[in-house]
Amino acid sequence: MRTLLRIGFINLRRDRVVLAMVFVLPIVFFSIFAVVFGGQQDPATSRIRIAVVDEDRSEVSARIVAGLQNEKGLRARTTADEAGKQPPLDRAAAERLVRDGDLPVAVVVPRGFGGSFAENGFAGGTGPPIQLLSDVSDRIAPQVVLGLIQKVAMTAAPDLLMQGGMRQFEKYGGGLTPQQKAAVAEWMPRLRPPDKTGQASSPTAAGLAVAVDVVDVMRTDNRRGSLISFYAAGIGVMFLLFSAVGGAGGVLLDEAESGTLDRLLSTNLGMTGLLVGKWILLALIACAQLTVMFLWGRFVFGLPLFSHLPGFAVMTVATASAGAALGLVLATLAKTRAQLQGFSTILILTMSALGGSMFPRFLMSETMQKIGLFTFNAWALDGYLKVFWRQAAVWQLWPQLLVLGTATLVFLALARMLARRWEAA
Amino acid sequence: MSSRVLSVDNARKRFGQAVALDGASLELQQGELLALLGPNGAGKTTLIRAIAGRVRLDGGEITLFDRAVDGRHTPPELGIVPQDVALYPLLTARENLEVFGSLHGLAGPALSKQVAWALELTALADRARAPVKDFSGGMRRRLNIACGILHAPRVVLLDEPTVGVDPQSRDRIYDVLADLARSGVSLLLTTHHLEEAEARCSRTVIIDHGRVIAAGTLSELVEQTVGRYRLVTLRLDASVPDDSAVALRVNGEEITVDAADARIVKARMRDVAADLPPLLERIRLAGRSVEDVEVRGPSLQSVFIHLTGRELRE
Repeated sequence: MRTLLRIGFINLRRDRVVLAMVFVLPIVFFSIFAVVFGGQQDPATSRIRIAVVDEDRSEVSARIVAGLQNEKGLRARTTADEAGKQPPLDRAAAERLVRDGDLPVAVVVPRGFGGSFAENGFAGGTGPPIQLLSDVSDRIAPQVVLGLIQKVAMTAAPDLLMQGGMRQFEKYGGGLTPQQKAAVAEWMPRLRPPDKTGQASSPTAAGLAVAVDVVDVMRTDNRRGSLISFYAAGIGVMFLLFSAVGGAGGVLLDEAESGTLDRLLSTNLGMTGLLVGKWILLALIACAQLTVMFLWGRFVFGLPLFSHLPGFAVMTVATASAGAALGLVLATLAKTRAQLQGFSTILILTMSALGGSMFPRFLMSETMQKIGLFTFNAWALDGYLKVFWRQAAVWQLWPQLLVLGTATLVFLALARMLARRWEAA
Repeated sequence: MSSRVLSVDNARKRFGQAVALDGASLELQQGELLALLGPNGAGKTTLIRAIAGRVRLDGGEITLFDRAVDGRHTPPELGIVPQDVALYPLLTARENLEVFGSLHGLAGPALSKQVAWALELTALADRARAPVKDFSGGMRRRLNIACGILHAPRVVLLDEPTVGVDPQSRDRIYDVLADLARSGVSLLLTTHHLEEAEARCSRTVIIDHGRVIAAGTLSELVEQTVGRYRLVTLRLDASVPDDSAVALRVNGEEITVDAADARIVKARMRDVAADLPPLLERIRLAGRSVEDVEVRGPSLQSVFIHLTGRELRE
């Protein structure tokens, strides 16, 4: 028994890749997930970013806008830029921000909202409701904002609510006596919210609700299907990377070990020809893998694949090309299969976590979203989301295609450079 | 009339501090089957890889058909049979041949014809459609050779082509190589097997520490090194008496007593018929009788030991 333990410990100590896999990998992943999902590191930027459009320009709407801006859970902007220097947003501009994925939610206080409030209070009457323009891809932000609108409406304007209530009372229940009016006047200032905090609370506000219409600005033909496309792309891209790296490792390391690489290099095929050939093979396999994934999504989960074919095709070719090239880089970098296995597992899982394959990036903090842009997955997923959620035309995919295309060329050049070690010594 | 097809002149190569080739030179003639013999680490594989354009020399020159080999590309006249069985195990024999044939520029009927020829030559025609993973070691070795000669190269380099195969398969492989040599192909092979080099190759080059230390036919090598002596080994019924060692000399040649077994006596004799009877008589006079006698002619083994001071497998 002691001998067996001794053999095991010696092997473990001398195989650094295995050692790293056993001890370092779990710590790396724990840290990544703690940062991605915990979000404690950057509370300032984990607030939900929203746009607020005040079409009403009444005292009530101004109070609500100010309340939303003071709300700690939100970062509300009323102008086209976050600094507030540009002109106020109109409804179309706010909707565009949501459609383009810059913000998950926009709040529109429509014209006539204040007038209706004066007549009926928040809840009653037939006045126009507040509109919440949202992106269905984000299931959480609209719900949070919806709740906060209720809170802000109640806490930002309890005095106005009370005034409205008193008017209603006087209209239907008869006028107040001078003593009653004096009592109300004395009590009213206490309902006014403290400046800036928006935190005043009042038992009088309880039990009422502001009418809010949630408007899906994405207008997708199949919401469930669109959501499925996120998972198809996320999981598809992650496994594409695994299979590309595995395939490339098989292509280069196994061939080098078996001697077929030497034999191939002694034919008319040079190293460049060999790498390009292998890259095309890996890219075709990756394309097929993504296509099968999306077809499964189409027939089993109703993913709207056929109505988005051009965008899907362009993104799939770009993603597969870059993934295959990355696979070649890793395979040319690693000296052994074990190294490739260990290193690529760490890299792919890290990129998948940061790049949104496991957890949507739009739900991460702003800092994590920016870090995610350094990963391959983020650009690939952004492209697929543009196609299936934002209904983007093919030309609108140019930033993603540019990044993935550049990455492909850089990866191929890097792989060619690293592959020199297999050429004549 | 043979003509030179390959020449290596003063080849030098270092890998870090290790000297792999230290001025090695050799020539290969047309239709010749040349054995490159040497212990492990002598520089055989480096030399083969340099000729194949897979190792860049630090110094010296390699010319193939009077054109310099640049160390970057494998010349098209060359066929390479690597030491490893460099085949795709999931592909059939025919598919492997087709793959490597087309990478050598063969296509269409020419490819089919060469594949059929290579399968026939290596006696694998009946297993053409079987995946290589199901092949025996000897069959894999033969297919490994077939893939290297498929494009009809004029010079073939073989690195340990018979390693790890049984004697029958080894004979079959050498039959293939002899066929090729007869058809005018020049072959240079590295081997550990002295008997193979001795029996099957027309000439032998012995390399050690990156240098060629002898080259020629077996008789030339014998003349150059050990001479025309026979080695006579006698096993006695008891140990040779300590004081008889000086007395037991034949024609001035010292008789050696085996260090491990004092009953075994070895002597080098130029003329066995004349020199052996006096030795037997002296043994009788010393009170010993002979249980066994072995007479061996000069071999590559003795040449090799003479030149390198060690057995080939050290």
